[in-house]
Amino acid sequence: MKPYVAILRSRFLTLLQYRAAALAGIGTQLFFGFVRVMIYDGFYRSSSGPHPLTLDQVTTYIWLGQAMLLLAMLDVDKDVAVMIRTGNIAYEMTRPLDLYNLWFARAVSGRAAPLSMRAIPIFVVAGIFLELQKPSSAGAAALFAVSLVGALLLAASLVVLMTISLLWTVSGEGIYRLASPLIFFFSGLVIPLPMFPDWMQQWIAVLPFRALIDTPFRFYLGSFNTTAAVMALLHQYVWIVTLVLLGRLILTRGLRLLAVQGG
Amino acid sequence: MPQIVVENLIKTFRIAARAPGLWGSLTGLLKRDFREVRALDHVSFSISRGELVGYIGPNGAGKSTTVKILSGILVPDSGRVSVIGRTPWVDRIDYVRRIGTVFGQRTQLWWDLPVIESFDLLRDIYAISPDKYRASRDELIEVLELRELLDITVRQLSLGQRMRCDLAAALLHGPELLFLDEPTIGLDAESKLAVRELIRKLNKQRGVTVILTTHDMDDIEALCRRVLVISDGRILSDGTLQDLRASVTRERWLTVDLAEGAPIATVADPDAQLIRQEGRRFCLAFDPQQTSVPELIARIARKYPVHDLFVENPPIESIVAQIYAQRAAPAAHGITASGDSKT
Repeated sequence: MKPYVAILRSRFLTLLQYRAAALAGIGTQLFFGFVRVMIYDGFYRSSSGPHPLTLDQVTTYIWLGQAMLLLAMLDVDKDVAVMIRTGNIAYEMTRPLDLYNLWFARAVSGRAAPLSMRAIPIFVVAGIFLELQKPSSAGAAALFAVSLVGALLLAASLVVLMTISLLWTVSGEGIYRLASPLIFFFSGLVIPLPMFPDWMQQWIAVLPFRALIDTPFRFYLGSFNTTAAVMALLHQYVWIVTLVLLGRLILTRGLRLLAVQGG
Repeated sequence: MPQIVVENLIKTFRIAARAPGLWGSLTGLLKRDFREVRALDHVSFSISRGELVGYIGPNGAGKSTTVKILSGILVPDSGRVSVIGRTPWVDRIDYVRRIGTVFGQRTQLWWDLPVIESFDLLRDIYAISPDKYRASRDELIEVLELRELLDITVRQLSLGQRMRCDLAAALLHGPELLFLDEPTIGLDAESKLAVRELIRKLNKQRGVTVILTTHDMDDIEALCRRVLVISDGRILSDGTLQDLRASVTRERWLTVDLAEGAPIATVADPDAQLIRQEGRRFCLAFDPQQTSVPELIARIARKYPVHDLFVENPPIESIVAQIYAQRAAPAAHGITASGDSKT
């Protein structure tokens, strides 16, 4: 574990240096959050039917989404992509490291650093000025934290999976275009998942993507009873384990290709 | 018991071939043609602990492929490799912990990190104990004169500085074996000397076995007692530099400087051949077994107003160039082929 923690830590600290990008991101995400909240405000004013979430809850859900955007905006690891294209990936094998663990550690830090730089300020600003509610209880806050860690690990396992696909496709543009709208949409980032029609709910519930955004946010809002909470966490962590195992399997095959074809 | 044993190593690469032009691109969509390139063809050699071996050959001869197999990156099609009793591509992680590699074309450090932080990270990656790490790091900083570089991020280092840091990075964990793939490529004269000096020291003092691939024959001449020559995936020659020389030619070179003010004529002798003239300096090639050196010198000194003269071996470059040239027509000079059974 130690080498991977060291790599994670070192890369996290390195990435914290990209402050300008974070600042720009905060500005954009606050702006779009504002627009989205106004749209929902309009909807709620103009309709009188029963809503799956209250306006306060939707507002909170949206601001959380703006803060945690990077949990669902996933792309391949750019540095690894360059290494694969140039063939330098072969030289990574001269280190006594498991390549999957190395890429996973990179993906975790690659998410966590920019995420925390954007999420914390947005959280503070939206909490003070923009009607982001507090967590519904102390227990809700704790479960939110646990599922946030799960969301980070799940995001990392998806990033690594996308990165591994580069061993076959090289460019990575395709997988990004294919995967990112799916993940975006089915995580709850575009429209809060409780607002999807009933017939879609069962599919959304099975897919892994809701565990990136919707699951932690619902914990935050306190909308799960005990059974639902256990099921939600189980869903999240089963998917993490599944995707990690799948990634390992595919990577092993990809590396065999590399070992045969060379750098 | 040799430390490295390589037997009948074969490695073939498949290269996708595509006919040129638009038509070629279109047919390439439907049917890919692959061409097979044999990078290693029955390569065998063995190396004992503490040897410093030069591994040379023209571009594309199979040098890097061999080094990549030895360092656990590539898996050969067939053949046996045993290094420190292990097969590199099996148990790769355990194996690479005990070797060091430097690839001149590329750094193993982290671009964004200061040198010292890269070293600290390597300590964690290789799980080096704190005491051992401190001793090893301080020694390398001392020997490679890295003190002023430690706080600089790797991207800001010059090539020579980076190479010194890369060498240190490859040695922090105290490997028993060092694979160097063109470690002096692109370096200025001073850095080259520093790198050579370090390699020599490591080999002498720590007894580290070194395999060095290079195009720089000065590296070979300065460092290696033994030289392996590979061409087209086959080992052409394996032996000391002197053997290598003797296998190609017995030729010696006599360089003659004519005295100032003397009329510049040509310098000629029946037993020697003029190969070069630069102003008053003439260089003659001769076979010491046909004509005795003192007699040749005496004859020339009698005939011409000689200011200075000296006899030397042809530079290793020209020897190697001749070996490479002979690969089309081997057997001409009876090269000491070893382990290479041509059928």
